[in-house]
Amino acid sequence: MSTPSSHPAPEPGDATWTGAARRLLERRLPLTHLLPSRQPFFVGSWVYVFGVVAITALIWVIGSGIVLAFFGPGWFHVSGVGRFVNSIHFWSVQLFFFFVVLHLWGQYFMASWRDGRATTWLVGVVIFVVGLVTGFTGYVSQQNLDAQWIAINAKDGINATGAGSFFNVLDFGQMYGIHVMLLPITVTMLVVLHVVQVRMRGVVKPIEPQAPGGRRNAPTDVA
Amino acid sequence: MDTPATYVQLGFLVISVPNLLVILGMVLVFLAALFAPFPAHHGIETDHDEHPE
Amino acid sequence: MRKPQADQETYYRGIPTVPYDLLKELALAFVASGIVIFVLALVMSSPEVPPLTIQTWAQQDPVDFVTTATSELAGTSFSAAYGPPYTDGSDSVQVLGPFAPQQWAGNAVHLDTAQDFVLGPLGTAAVGNPDLTSALSTYGAADDATKQSWLAAYTSALGTATTQSGEVVVPAGSYGPVPVLMANLIAVAHSGGLDELLLAGGHFFQTNYTKPLLFMGDGGYLAGLAADQHLLGSQWGMMNETGSYPGQAWLWLYSMWYQLPPYNTAPNADLLVVLTMLALTLVLAFVPHIPVLRDIPRWIPIHRLVWRDYYRWRRTRPSSETA
Repeated sequence: MSTPSSHPAPEPGDATWTGAARRLLERRLPLTHLLPSRQPFFVGSWVYVFGVVAITALIWVIGSGIVLAFFGPGWFHVSGVGRFVNSIHFWSVQLFFFFVVLHLWGQYFMASWRDGRATTWLVGVVIFVVGLVTGFTGYVSQQNLDAQWIAINAKDGINATGAGSFFNVLDFGQMYGIHVMLLPITVTMLVVLHVVQVRMRGVVKPIEPQAPGGRRNAPTDVA
Repeated sequence: MDTPATYVQLGFLVISVPNLLVILGMVLVFLAALFAPFPAHHGIETDHDEHPE
Repeated sequence: MRKPQADQETYYRGIPTVPYDLLKELALAFVASGIVIFVLALVMSSPEVPPLTIQTWAQQDPVDFVTTATSELAGTSFSAAYGPPYTDGSDSVQVLGPFAPQQWAGNAVHLDTAQDFVLGPLGTAAVGNPDLTSALSTYGAADDATKQSWLAAYTSALGTATTQSGEVVVPAGSYGPVPVLMANLIAVAHSGGLDELLLAGGHFFQTNYTKPLLFMGDGGYLAGLAADQHLLGSQWGMMNETGSYPGQAWLWLYSMWYQLPPYNTAPNADLLVVLTMLALTLVLAFVPHIPVLRDIPRWIPIHRLVWRDYYRWRRTRPSSETA
């Protein structure tokens, strides 16, 4: 029988799911990879900063969104402070998409999907799409002329897909609930997954000039 | 800010000045990020303790 | 199985490393983006054009209001003929060959525009109003052909209608009880009561604006306000915002298709645009696997700028050392 120990060395006899999960995490995502204090020296361009700025904008979006949700959807129409918090929400969303798109451009031109990183790219695209839907549900939750018109104008596109039968953009309660609960949680979890994916594999190496007879590390190497 | 924006027509493309500014801003920030020098690194290390420069 | 994921040491072998404080970078970026956001919020505030109410609509454009209400009563409005998910009509059902998801999804709302937008609210308003009670019972007792002839006559008379102290005046004609119904409906609307009645629908708590929004969408007044703000689909409205604010610029591509043939004239434009965007999104998601698209970054040497230090360093080293 094993004796209590603080040392997490793998035990050959440990067949528990918990132990297996711990060993998998320790192998695939050691803390030195999750929180590295050194990077390859080629990580030295402002292009690498776009993703981080997008994350900070998202933090501002969520922070201001929590305040808006706490006081309720009618608050910012009748309160100066509420209007200011709504303005922070509005501009942080603008900043978020601004830097998400720059991040996408940057990663595209760096072909960052190379060397086994295609799923990281895929999750990034999913974040963008879910972000669009989150923005959309927010726009129709504003309770102003913009929200009225966007709902009326957008319904036809959504109805054309059949989704209008369960996703009713004219139903403020449904849109607001999805906007303040379901989608922020989804975006946050996807961003966490995206960052973990990046940290698991590390940043991709630069594109190597094509050597004669060799295609090592070319952008096409996705596996 | 609550008066309707000015719109620019370029062929079939119609865009508001605020949207145009945002898109131009994105292009400018992207170019700036490409060309601006990144703060220099100190403490470069290799596996075999060799300095590249 | 792919190469061992945690083996970053092997992956980066031979490449020098530098200290890099990710969390400090995150903290600095948080402060910097916060400053930008606060300044923008303080200086520019945020879009806030008040919502249109049915009350305002009826006061500002009574003829448009009554024309819309009459079409709701006649069952000829945009919403009445819409089809799924609002009604059993088919005017706004979009199909692509045999692909008809809107039809398959079915009528979820079961909207009856005559009852929901006109007769129901008037029934509530008729309490203590003998003229209206009598008009409603006359209308209810008439056969469909009679109703349609009243409504058709009244609708064409509305083309020359004038407004006198908030009331819509049409030349004399055989409209049956319709003018009384409409005079009472606009009176309820003027008081703000119709906003409440369309929303309530027999429930105490309200969150669903399907009925008032569809009703206002059927009229021309709200669309006119939207056109003033460049919000119509034909104006790239999807990416525009009320006031002088940036809109959802990230929807530029989605918005663009609506301006171009064949989309801009297709009766199933929405479905075509959605399917096009779905296909393009899948292309974007799978760029790493698509020849040409995945090769463009190698051809356009933006990466040479991003990694200029690396390439300079590499040129100064024998290639064997980076292998």
